Amino acid sequence: MMAYASAGPAPGRFRQRLSAERGVSGTDRRNSVAEGKCSHRLPDVLVRLARVHLRPYRRSIALIVLLQLIQTLATLYLPTLNADIIDNGVVKGDTGYIFRVGGFMIAVTALQVVCAVTAVYFGARTAMALGRDIRAAVFDQVQSFSAREVGAFGAPSLITRTTNDVQQVQMLVLMTFTMMVSAPIMCVGGIVMALNQDAPLSALLLVIVPVLGILVSLIVRRMRPLFRGVQTRIDTVNRVLREQITGIRVIRAFVRDRHERERFGAANTDLYDVSLRAGRLMSMMFPLVMLIVNLSSVAVVWFGGLRIGGGRMEIGALTAFLSYLMYILMSIMMATFMVMMLPRAEVCAERIQEVLATDSSVTPPAHPVTALRRHGELELRNVEFRFPGAEQPVLKDVSLVARPGETTAVIGSTGSGKSTLLGLVPRLFDATGGAVLVDGEDVRTLDQETLATVIGLVPQKPYLFSGTVASNLRYGNPEATDDELWHALETAQARDFVERMDGGLDAAIAQGGSNVSGGQRQRLAIARALVRKPEIYLFDDSFSALDYATDAALRAALSRETDRATVVIVAQRVATIRGADRIVVLDEGRIVGTGTHTELMAGNETYREIVLSQLTEQEAA
Amino acid sequence: MTTADKRAAGTGTSAEGAPAAAPDEAPTSAPRRGPAPGAGPMARMMGGPIDKSLNFKGSGKRLLAQMRPERGIIAVALLLGVLSVALTVVGPRVLGRATDLIMAGIVGRRLPEGITKAQAADHLRAHGQGGLADMLGTMPVVPGHGIDFGAVGTVLVGAAAIYISAALFGFVQARIATRVVQRTVFRMRQQVEEKLARLPLSYFDKQQRGEVLSRATNDIDNIQQTLQQTLSQIMVSVLTILGVLLMMFWISPLLALVALVTVPVSVLVAARIGKRAQPQFVQQWKTTGKLNAHIEEMYTGHSLVKVFGRGRESAELFREQNEALYAAGFKAQFISGIIQPAMMFIGNLNYVLVAVIGGLRVASGALSIGDVQAFIQYSRQFSQPLTQVASMANLVQSGVASAERVFELLDAGEQAPDPERPVRPDEVRGRVAFEDVSFRYVENKPLIDGLSLAVHPGQTVAIVGPTGAGKTTLVNLLMRFYEVSGGRITLDGVDIAGMSREELRGNIGMVLQDTWLFGGTIAENIAYGAPEGTSLDKVVEAARATHVDRFVRTLPEGYDTVIDEEGANVSAGEKQLITIARAFLAEPAILVLDEATSSVDTRTEVLIQHAMAQLRTGRTSFVIAHRLSTIRDADVILVMENGAIVEQGSHDALLAVGGAYARLYAAQFAEAVAETE
Repeated sequence: MMAYASAGPAPGRFRQRLSAERGVSGTDRRNSVAEGKCSHRLPDVLVRLARVHLRPYRRSIALIVLLQLIQTLATLYLPTLNADIIDNGVVKGDTGYIFRVGGFMIAVTALQVVCAVTAVYFGARTAMALGRDIRAAVFDQVQSFSAREVGAFGAPSLITRTTNDVQQVQMLVLMTFTMMVSAPIMCVGGIVMALNQDAPLSALLLVIVPVLGILVSLIVRRMRPLFRGVQTRIDTVNRVLREQITGIRVIRAFVRDRHERERFGAANTDLYDVSLRAGRLMSMMFPLVMLIVNLSSVAVVWFGGLRIGGGRMEIGALTAFLSYLMYILMSIMMATFMVMMLPRAEVCAERIQEVLATDSSVTPPAHPVTALRRHGELELRNVEFRFPGAEQPVLKDVSLVARPGETTAVIGSTGSGKSTLLGLVPRLFDATGGAVLVDGEDVRTLDQETLATVIGLVPQKPYLFSGTVASNLRYGNPEATDDELWHALETAQARDFVERMDGGLDAAIAQGGSNVSGGQRQRLAIARALVRKPEIYLFDDSFSALDYATDAALRAALSRETDRATVVIVAQRVATIRGADRIVVLDEGRIVGTGTHTELMAGNETYREIVLSQLTEQEAA
Repeated sequence: MTTADKRAAGTGTSAEGAPAAAPDEAPTSAPRRGPAPGAGPMARMMGGPIDKSLNFKGSGKRLLAQMRPERGIIAVALLLGVLSVALTVVGPRVLGRATDLIMAGIVGRRLPEGITKAQAADHLRAHGQGGLADMLGTMPVVPGHGIDFGAVGTVLVGAAAIYISAALFGFVQARIATRVVQRTVFRMRQQVEEKLARLPLSYFDKQQRGEVLSRATNDIDNIQQTLQQTLSQIMVSVLTILGVLLMMFWISPLLALVALVTVPVSVLVAARIGKRAQPQFVQQWKTTGKLNAHIEEMYTGHSLVKVFGRGRESAELFREQNEALYAAGFKAQFISGIIQPAMMFIGNLNYVLVAVIGGLRVASGALSIGDVQAFIQYSRQFSQPLTQVASMANLVQSGVASAERVFELLDAGEQAPDPERPVRPDEVRGRVAFEDVSFRYVENKPLIDGLSLAVHPGQTVAIVGPTGAGKTTLVNLLMRFYEVSGGRITLDGVDIAGMSREELRGNIGMVLQDTWLFGGTIAENIAYGAPEGTSLDKVVEAARATHVDRFVRTLPEGYDTVIDEEGANVSAGEKQLITIARAFLAEPAILVLDEATSSVDTRTEVLIQHAMAQLRTGRTSFVIAHRLSTIRDADVILVMENGAIVEQGSHDALLAVGGAYARLYAAQFAEAVAETE
């Protein structure tokens, strides 16, 4: 967990406070990994990840290796048989022999294809199973995370890690099983067969193989930073474009078109230059490799000819040797290709490992308490909350009691810790000091589902799941009847628009609720909490997107509905909380005042300041 | 409609090509996403979803036409490519000559010196080596002589020279191709960016921004990748196929026919397997989409899942879909994975056939051993570019589909150009008049109708009304983001339609609710609207006047603090303040302010309010008002409903009338007043 305090840039106190508050954004972290700070130890991560998750498939893997071995050896055997045809059939003019060996070659080929297909079968199965397992491990891990870890990684980053990154690793493993496993076998086997044909001629390999290896790896090594350079420049160009599209009004309003044109032109030219450099290096690769391969053939014919001339080698061996040379060089190329693909998969593995290695700061109790009185009394006792590594705690020594039938409001400016305070109750976070108690039980000892049933939270950013209005409303209470849903909608001032929606309760809701307006989303989220009929309601600035009239009507209806429940409201707007039984004023994580509106107006400077800031002096008077 | 419906996963089914749709059917507004992010070569290798173009031929041609400026060097590259391939293809044949010389040496050494070939053949037959005797015909045998290493050496030096020049030509050709591709993509990027600047704002409002963005970024990236990976390769591959075929026929028409037979067999087998794999890939991508959507929802709604205790259901659904993906993925990968071994099998069969038939032909003297050696090399060279071209079909298809989307963007209607000879007011004092202005997005659905309004220099106009009343539209017309459909708007007596947009907008400063900062320092963001080379002192001055200075000084890097893409290191309120400072520094004659600050805490709100008030003094201001203070202080309040101004006047006057404004005021603002009383 401490990882991300140190992973992000840490210049100065302010940034630290910010990053603690909002969590180091996922992209930051991704960059730090992608820039390859830890690239020296990356392969370990990939190997470790694969090893752990491949353990259940040991037998399949052994089988794959065996099949690939047979398959490769069969392939390698063909040139030898061909040499045999030439030396014993062609040279001696024995057509019967040619046919016999030819038939045998077909049998070998058939064996080869059977083994290869079987290897693909097990390879695909194992690789896909591996992907499935890693994906499940990451998903389970994320599900166990608290809001703190999710915030630190960022949901989009976690999504990428679970989907795309796992897929990359899975594809690498698949390619390894189906193709790459045979590369070293092919290389070693090719060398053995070449030695078998003619050992002294194989000395040529001592020159050819290192030359090819060194040249290719030299190019690859120079290519890597260039490719990375190209990628960052593509990102820059795309960023400029994104800014131009999202900021089009501002750009046009401030007449900055020309400036933007130049900015883009510079980024585009930069991209062109680096792409060209990378491309030029790339264009060297193929001709160079082919040249080495071809010159090697020339050398083989020359030195082979010398040996044949000396009567130490047969002519068929020459043809076979050329074939083996091709196989060896091919396998080296394949290995190089693999090495080129590794870095990307390595980064993915690293990012997956990061998730798997992060422990949730909220752990389920060893002996969960499931019996709860279910009155809904909520108490915060000397609560402190601090992000790891942060200098200042978000909440400091916060104590308050919220009782059933009462409305407790929390007010304070942004960053005062209001939302964090609410998150402590359903254990989205765990307090780093003090305790949160529900009906006298520390929430950390409660069974997670038991705790969940008493709480109805309406988050600050109302999120709806894809499905229907009804499926969203029933999210916290699958047994609710349609009448109950309509009743909740009415209370939440959402009945009208749901009725107007195509299909009413069965109207489709897009992912995130993007097909309804912000205010409608907020009201549906409120209705969702109402359907649950919890003992404790937590409203996190849930009325901000509503106009004053709707806000007022909603609160009136709500107070009837929740009269026996414990209600905690966090808000910015004074109007929203004015009628609360108790108002808690939060400033920089501390409680600076508690009381009713009238009491606080009279005696609390911070509260007065907040109230007056929403109305001018003259209006307040 | 899911994107998966529009995509067809494909491997080896390229022969079916794109559906031949009429070009005029191409929808311009159908939202289609570009290639999935991260759809790199790996995704392609696994047969990722490929967008098919609606008009493959037309768009493909147009993409090629984009390279027209490079046609000179393309011709050079083509020539070099032909040379390089020709030399590469000749190589094995030359090498085969060397083998023949060696073979001849072996045979010749065993023959008595001084006899002719015919005598030698007879000699061999007499010794019961009829087969070998037949072979002599194709051999450069000199009886009695061993291997002529001088001749072998000469041939090999020739072969080396051929290979070296082939490599050189190939290298230069690839280099040129790189340049062509990069320059072409560079130009396309430039075109797209310039196009964006000429598109009317209505385009961006109608299209999803993500969609436009995807065309400008993902699709161009995809084109670049496609061109990079295919252009040079396809050229070389096709040339190689032709060259190798030629050589094979030259050596032995019979063997060449044998090798040729394997081509349709390979294609048939690949197509067969591909056809079987395709529905599996569709299935794989469907389940992937479902699973990813579930993951996305569960992560984004993470805290809800926790709070509502739905972790078990979520995990259950995940497990189900993950298992389905495993099953589909395994099938797809297995079936498509067979293609490669199958191709190899066919290749090996071909090899055996060539070896056997070649052996028989050599034995009968119709072919030399070097020829067989060369032929085997050729048949290997033949199948490789074939599979390469086949595998590129998907790539090309996705590239052309991307190009099509980019062309759609490039073909979108542009805003009317500025007048040839723009007029400008003699002195901009800030007098604005709307004269019988009407406006509609869609024909017969007027949004604003017959709106007239006169604003004197320095006045503050507050615009109030429910959402959708046309408040923003009014501002859009003034800024000429949209053009009026009827009537006219004047600035100090001059019709703004006759002014250049630059001139007009240069006089108007704007602060929007939706704050926009670009990735740069705070100082750069403040100076955004100011003329080039504005001094830091002026920036600081503007910052001080708008309460930006105070919080900037608490940042470790002060004005040099870089605001990242989402502006995540500065709070929403602070961002708003920066945009106000930006408008302040621009010193416009007219201001347009959108006041809403719902996400800003109340103290920052006070600062923003002060800053806005500061900004308004002495300037004609249009304020989309959400605050009592603005409304009360405004010289004119416009109450808008359904695109028309239903009331107009000062606060007191409108309250006295007791109409729409009074009702709105009572509903929206009265309570706020009441609560402190």
